[in-house]
Amino acid sequence: MIKRLLLVLITACVCQLTHAELVIEITKGLDRPTPIAVVPFGGLNATVQENISDIVSADLLRSGLFRPIEKRDMLGTPTKEADIYFRDWRILGAEFILIGDLQEGTSSYVLEYQLFDVLQQRKIFGKTITGSSRHLRDMAHKVSDDVYLAITGIRGAFSTKILYVEDVLRPGPNRYRLVKADADGAREQILFASSEPIMSPAWANDLKRVAYVSFETSRPAIFIHNLETGERTQLTNFKGLNGAPAWSPDDKRMAMVLSKDGNPEIYVMDIATRKLTRVTHTYSSVIDTEPNWTADGKSLIFASDRGGNPQIYQVALASGRVERLTFEGGYNARPRLSPDGKSLVMVHRENGVFHIAWQDIASGDMRILTETWLDESPSIAPNGAMLLYATQHNKKGVLAAVSMDAGVKFRLPSKQGNVREPAWSPFAD
Amino acid sequence: MTNTLKTLLALFAVLGFLAGCASTTEEIPTDPEPEVEEVVEEVEEVVDTGPDLTGVDTVFYFDYDKSLLKSEARAALMIHAEALKASPRSIRLEGHADERGTREYNMALGERRANAVRDFLVLQGVDSYLIETISYGEERPVAVGSDESSWSQNRRVELK
Repeated sequence: MIKRLLLVLITACVCQLTHAELVIEITKGLDRPTPIAVVPFGGLNATVQENISDIVSADLLRSGLFRPIEKRDMLGTPTKEADIYFRDWRILGAEFILIGDLQEGTSSYVLEYQLFDVLQQRKIFGKTITGSSRHLRDMAHKVSDDVYLAITGIRGAFSTKILYVEDVLRPGPNRYRLVKADADGAREQILFASSEPIMSPAWANDLKRVAYVSFETSRPAIFIHNLETGERTQLTNFKGLNGAPAWSPDDKRMAMVLSKDGNPEIYVMDIATRKLTRVTHTYSSVIDTEPNWTADGKSLIFASDRGGNPQIYQVALASGRVERLTFEGGYNARPRLSPDGKSLVMVHRENGVFHIAWQDIASGDMRILTETWLDESPSIAPNGAMLLYATQHNKKGVLAAVSMDAGVKFRLPSKQGNVREPAWSPFAD
Repeated sequence: MTNTLKTLLALFAVLGFLAGCASTTEEIPTDPEPEVEEVVEEVEEVVDTGPDLTGVDTVFYFDYDKSLLKSEARAALMIHAEALKASPRSIRLEGHADERGTREYNMALGERRANAVRDFLVLQGVDSYLIETISYGEERPVAVGSDESSWSQNRRVELK
C-alpha cells in the first residue's frame, strides 16, 4: 500500500494550473448521512502544504454518505486513543471518530491514523503510512478510502483520477485542453492542448496511457498518449470518422468507430499489430457508435440507430450476434456498463431534454438520475457508487456527479472555460 | 420544386447579366471585330473562369436530427456543381451538429449531413474524388447559446 503511494505517475511535459481548479458544491445529499468526527490531525498536519484531515473531511462529505461534524463544535482535538472521551463525541452525535498524527520521518512524512466506533467505544482500525511532501494529498485520499471501506463495506474511489476536456472558448493554440486531475478536481494537469477540438478521452486500464480523438491533423484521428513519457502516437488515420476509442479490459485492443466503409461501424483494433476487425455490419447510413467493453472482453455495448432511433445494443465479438438492451424512450446513447456488469448508464432523452439514466440489464427497469439540462458523457466510478457527467450550469459546461441511486449529487464548477467529457479512471491495481 | 427552378433561373439570369457586363466593358475599347464573333469570345471567357459564385450560399442548414437537404441548399449547390464541373477544384465539406445529444453520435450526424451534400454534388456530375467530407460534430459551434436560434445556426455543412 505504501509502495503504491510512492508510485505516483510522473508525467512529462505537464503544466500545473493554479487558477482553474474545480471546486465541489454539494447540490443534494442523503437525508441521513452518517455523522463522523474527523478530528484535525496532530503533529505537522496544520503546518504542511496540504491539510490532510481537511481533505479527508471533504472527501467523505462529497461521497454524500457522511456528515463530518463541524470543527468548531468539537470539544477537544485528541490525536491519541487515550485522549478520546467517547461520551463527548456521542453528545455531538458522531457515530465514528477519526484521529491522526503526522510526523516527519527520516526521508518522508509518517501518518498514523485510527478510526473508532463511538457507540461501541471500539477501535475499528489503526494504520501508518508514509509519503513525501508531494504525496500529502495521496495520503489523505488513502485515509478516506480506508474509512469509507471500513464503514460502508465498499472500496473507496477517492484516490482515483479523472480526465476531462476543457474549451477556454478563445481561439489559439491552447483553446482545447485534455486535463487530468484527482477525483476531487484538485491537482489539475494539462496533458495536451490544441487549437483544434479534442474528444472522447479514455483511460487504459493500466492507468499509464490514455486515448482520445484529436482534430490536430484537420481531421479526427485517435491518439494514444503515454502518461509516463508524454509520448503521443497516432493510432488511426482513416477516411471519415475515427472516434469513440475504448480500451479492452486487457488494454491490448481498442474498440472504435470508423466510417471508412461508408457509414459509422464498430471496429476492434489490435493495438500492437494495428490489425482491424469489423464488428458491426449494417446497411448504409445506419449509425453505430460509442462502444464500451464488457468486463470479460467478449462483448461490446454500443449505440445504434438501426431501429430508427438511437438505442443501446450489445454485440458478442465471437459470434457477431446483436441484442437490443434499451426499449424505453426515443433516444438512448453513450452507454457505460457498471463495474459489476449488471447495469448500464446512458444519455436518455425525455420530453426533448437529455438526462443521464440508469438501467438494470436483467429487468430492463430504467431510472432517470439527473434533472439538469443537456446532460451527457456519463462515466462511472470504479467502485460503482457514483458517476460523473457533463451538464450546463449558468450557461457554462460543468461536471457534475450523482450516486447510482440518485440520492447524492454534486457539481464541480470550472472557473474558466467549458469543461466536459469526464472519464473516471479505473482503480490503480 | 417549381420554386427551386424559378430561383435557379433567376440566379442564372443574374449571372449571365453580370458576365455580359464584365466582358462588355473589356471589349469596348479594344475590339473592332463584328458582333457575332464577339459573342463567341464572351462564352469562352465565362467557361474559363467558371460561373461567378459571389453571393451563392456556402453554408447549408438542416433540421434537428435530420440530414435532408433543404430547397435553398439544393438551389445553391446546383450552382456550385456547375462551377466545379466547369473548373474542377478540391473542396471540403464540413458537417456540424447542434449540442443536443451525445458527442460521438453528433459526429456521425455531422458526417451524415456532409455526405448528403457530397451525394447531391456527385449526382449533379461533380467528380467524387474532388470532395472531402469531415465531421466536427458539435465541437465547433458558430453560435454558443442553448436555444433554437443558436442550434439552427449550428446544424450545418460548410463548403470550403
